[in-house]
Amino acid sequence: MRIILFITSAIITTGLIIVLHTNLVLPAALGKLLSPQHGIWQNAESDYENFSANLKIPQLSGKVDVYFDERLVPHIFAEQENDAYFVQGYLHAKFRLWQMELQSFAAAGRASEIIGEKGLEHDREFRRLGIVYAAEIALKEVEKDPIIKAECDAYTAGINAYIETLTESTLPLEYKLIEYKPEKWNNLKTSLFLKYMSYDLAAHDDDFEMTNAKNYFNTDDFIKLFPAIQDSLDPIIPKGTTFDAQKIFPLAPINTDSIYFNNKELAFTESSKPDRNNGSNNWAVSGTKTKSGAPILCNDPHLGLNLPSLWYEVQLSTPTFNAYGVSFPGSPGVIIGYNDSCAFGFTNGGRDVRDYYEIKFKDDTRKEYLFNGKWMATNFRVDTIKIKNKNNYIDSVAYVKLGKDWCPVMYDKTFSGGRNKNNKYYAVRWKAHDASNELKIFNELNHAKNYTDYSATVTNLQTPGQNCLFAAKNGDIAIRTQGSWPAKWKGQGDFVMPGFDSSFLWQGMIPQDEVPYQFNPQRGFVSSANQKPVDDNTYPYYFGRNYPLYRGLTINKRLNIMTGITPEDMMTLQTDNFDAGASMAKPFIVAKMKENELNSTEKKYFNILKYWNCNDEVGAKGPSVFEEFWIAFESVVFDDEYAKAPKVIMRPFFNTLVEGILKDSTYKFLDNITTPQVETLSEAVTEAFKKAVPALIKLDAEGKLDWEKNKATGISHLAKLAPFSKLNLPIGGGTRAINATKKTHGPSWRMVISLTAKTEAYGIYPGGQSGNPGSKYYDNFIDQWAAGKYYSLWMMTREQVDDKRVLSKMRFNKE
Amino acid sequence: MSHLLINFFNQQINFMKLFISFILTILLSFMLCLFFPWWSIAIAAFVVAILIPQKPWRSFATAFLALFMLWGGLSFWISKNNNHVLAHKVSQLILKKDNPIELIFATAIIGAIIAGFAALTGSYLRKSKT
Repeated sequence: MRIILFITSAIITTGLIIVLHTNLVLPAALGKLLSPQHGIWQNAESDYENFSANLKIPQLSGKVDVYFDERLVPHIFAEQENDAYFVQGYLHAKFRLWQMELQSFAAAGRASEIIGEKGLEHDREFRRLGIVYAAEIALKEVEKDPIIKAECDAYTAGINAYIETLTESTLPLEYKLIEYKPEKWNNLKTSLFLKYMSYDLAAHDDDFEMTNAKNYFNTDDFIKLFPAIQDSLDPIIPKGTTFDAQKIFPLAPINTDSIYFNNKELAFTESSKPDRNNGSNNWAVSGTKTKSGAPILCNDPHLGLNLPSLWYEVQLSTPTFNAYGVSFPGSPGVIIGYNDSCAFGFTNGGRDVRDYYEIKFKDDTRKEYLFNGKWMATNFRVDTIKIKNKNNYIDSVAYVKLGKDWCPVMYDKTFSGGRNKNNKYYAVRWKAHDASNELKIFNELNHAKNYTDYSATVTNLQTPGQNCLFAAKNGDIAIRTQGSWPAKWKGQGDFVMPGFDSSFLWQGMIPQDEVPYQFNPQRGFVSSANQKPVDDNTYPYYFGRNYPLYRGLTINKRLNIMTGITPEDMMTLQTDNFDAGASMAKPFIVAKMKENELNSTEKKYFNILKYWNCNDEVGAKGPSVFEEFWIAFESVVFDDEYAKAPKVIMRPFFNTLVEGILKDSTYKFLDNITTPQVETLSEAVTEAFKKAVPALIKLDAEGKLDWEKNKATGISHLAKLAPFSKLNLPIGGGTRAINATKKTHGPSWRMVISLTAKTEAYGIYPGGQSGNPGSKYYDNFIDQWAAGKYYSLWMMTREQVDDKRVLSKMRFNKE
Repeated sequence: MSHLLINFFNQQINFMKLFISFILTILLSFMLCLFFPWWSIAIAAFVVAILIPQKPWRSFATAFLALFMLWGGLSFWISKNNNHVLAHKVSQLILKKDNPIELIFATAIIGAIIAGFAALTGSYLRKSKT
C-alpha cells in the first residue's frame, strides 16, 4: 500500500516539476520563471542598488574607472583608448544586452530563431536585400584599418567578458520570458547593427509605387501629381548659392521613354518599408547670434521610439580624447555629442540610394542572365534560415553583376516581399552594399579638434548619407550634406529600370568636392531638417522628388530673426509645435468653406479649426479636426482619379496638394471627373468637411478629440509587451512641427550644446539607461522628455570623483 | 498520569520534528538553489522528509509551509525593495492583471506545492522501508 502511495506521490511530484519547468502544458515555465533565486524576481532591481564593483580583466592594457551618476550615465576614464571601448562594450552588455542582440539578429535575418515562423518573411527580406552581404563587405573594410579593427576587437571583447559572467539568475528578463540564451558577440554583429541603421535611414524607396503611378497616369497628370520642384522649399544650402561646374555628366539612355517609362506589367500588393519619417532636425548658430558669443549646436534625430531606447548616454575619457553623448548599444564610440573642442550631430540625407533593375534570366534555373546582349553567369548565395521549433528554411538568392557591382535579385518567383504578384525578377542596387567604414568617422569625430579634422573625416561617410553638423569652440559652424551619392540623370531610379542594358546603371558618384556644404555662412546659422539639400535650379545633379519641407521652413524662419540666443531659447525651438503646413492650408480652407451649408454640429467643429492657432499642442482640438479634414479632402480631390488604380500606388504628398491650390485655385484635380459639372475649391472643402465630421463625432465621443489623446504617442517595448511600454504620453507635436513627435516615432534624443569656455550641454532621450524593465532606471527620462524638459549633461573631470552626483564606482583592473 | 506525560512528550517531539524539518527544508532549499536549478527545492524537501520521519500529512504540511514562507518571503522582500516595479509589470504578463501581491502569492504556492509533494514522497519512501 505504502509503495503505491510512494509511487503515486513521486509521479505527482515529477509531473508537477515537468509542468512547471517546461511550457508543454502551461504557456510558460512558471516554476523556473517565478523561482525567487533564478527567475524574474532576480531582475527586480533594488531601489538602493549600487553598481560599484572591482573587476579583474586580464585582457585590459591599463586601468579603467567608471563613475555612474544619478541618472546612471557612466563616465568612463581609461588609461588606454581601447580599454575605454572594452568597458563601453561591457556596459552596453550589462545594461542593454537583450536589445543589442535582438537588433543584430533582426539585421542578420535571424528573427525566426527567436520568434519562430512568423519571423521568416522578415528574415528572407533582409537577407535578400543583402544586409548580411553588406555587413560582411563592411567588416572586411574595417579589418583593413588597424585602428578601427582594434576598437571593434576591444568592444567585442568587453561585451563577451560580460556575457561570460551571466548565470541563469542574472540573465536579462526578456531571455527568461522568451526562453533563450545570448550567444557570443563578434565584430560582424557590430557591422550588422550599423547596416541595420543604414536600412532604417537609407533604404526607403517608392520605386514600385512610382512605376505604377507612372503607368496609370498620363504624362501631364503625372507631372502635376509628382512634381520634381517644391515651391515652398527652403533648402539646406540656401537658394542663390552658386556651385562649381559639374564634373560628371550622367547621360539618360536614348530609349528611356520606350523602355523605362512604359513598363506596363507591374502589379503588386503591399509592402513593409523603413519609416518615411525617419528624419531629424539639426542646426548651429554662430556666436554673432548668441547671448554668450559662443556657438550653440542643436540636434534631435527622429527615429522609431522604443524601450529599451536606441541610445545609451556615455562619457568616454582617455588620454587621447574626451567625448560625451549618446552611443548605440551595438557599436563603440559616441555617435552624437561633443568633446572638449567641438560638437557634432546628424540628420538623415534621405536621398534615394536603393534602385531596382528588372532581370531577364534564360530559364527558371536562374543560372544565366541577359546583360548588354550576352548571357552572363549568376552567382548564388544560399542562406539557411533556422526557425524555432521548425525545420530550417533554405533560400537561394541569385546575385547578378550589373556593371561592376554584384546585386542580389531580391524579388523573384519564390519571394514577392508583399511587393509584387511576381513572375518577374528584380535585382536591387543599394549603396549600402559598397565597402565603407562608418566607425572611422565616429572615432575621428570623437577626437576632432577643429573644422579641418571634421571635414577631413566626414567626407568618408558614404551610407547612410547624413547632413553632418559641426560647431567648435573657436566659433566655427558648418554643415555638409554628406554621402556617397549616385550622380543620376533626371528621373533615374524613380522607377524600376531594365537590368539588361548598362546605360541604365549608375554612372558614377558625385565627386566629394561637389557635395554641397556651408562653412561659417553670412546668415550666422546652418540648419537641416531633411528638406532638399539644394535649390533644383542651381545644383547640377538630380536628387529625387519629394522631401519633407515644413520643419526646415519654420526653423530657418525663426533662426533668421533670433538674436541673443540662449540654450533655453534653443530648447523652446526644439519643442516648438507650430505646424507650418497647416498654416499654409488653413487660410484657403477657412476662406472657401460654405459656412451657411454646415449644420450646427458641423459648424461647431469648423469653428475649432477656424480659431486654431496651428500649434499641435497638448489639449488643442484643432490638430485633430485638421487631420480628419485633410484625410477627407485628399479623398474628395483625388479618389475619382485613383478609382481604377492598382491597389498600391503612389499618392501625392501633402505639400503637392497645398502648393497646387495656392498656385491655382482652379487646381485641375478639384473637379470630380465622374460628374458632368466642374467642382470648385469651395465645393471640395465643404464636401470634405462634411465627410470628416462623423469621424470627429466619434473621436469626441471617445474623448480623443484632444490632439495628444488622438495621436497617442507611446514608447513601445521592442517585443511589443504592453506592460513594458509607456503608452499614451501627454505630448504635442506632429509630422510638420519641429517637435515631430508622432504615435511611435519622434525626437529620439534632444541635444543643445553651448560651446562656451566651459561647455554648457543639455540633452534627453525618451527612455532610461537601464534596459531592465525591473529597474527604476528603465524609463525614468520619459516623463521629463514628454514635458519638453532637459537634463544638464555633465562632462565629468578626474578631479570630480567625490562629487555627490557619483552614486557608484566600477573599477576595471588588469590584475 | 504517565500516559499524559508520554503524550505531552510525544507532542513536544512531534512539534520539534516539525519545527526542525521546517527550518531544515528552508535552509537546504535556499542553499541548493544557489547552485542548482529551481526544482532542487523538491530534493531538499524529499531529503528532509527522509531524514526526519513524520506522518506523511505532517511532512507534506511542513515542506508546504516551509517553501510557502521561503518563496513568498523572498519574493516579497525583493519586490518591496523594488517598489514592486517589476511585479506590477510581470503580473500583467503572467496573471493578466496588475497585482504584485498575487504574483508573490503565486510564487509562494508553486514552491509550496512542489515541496509538499516531494516531502510526501520522501515520507512514504521512509515508511515503505521500515
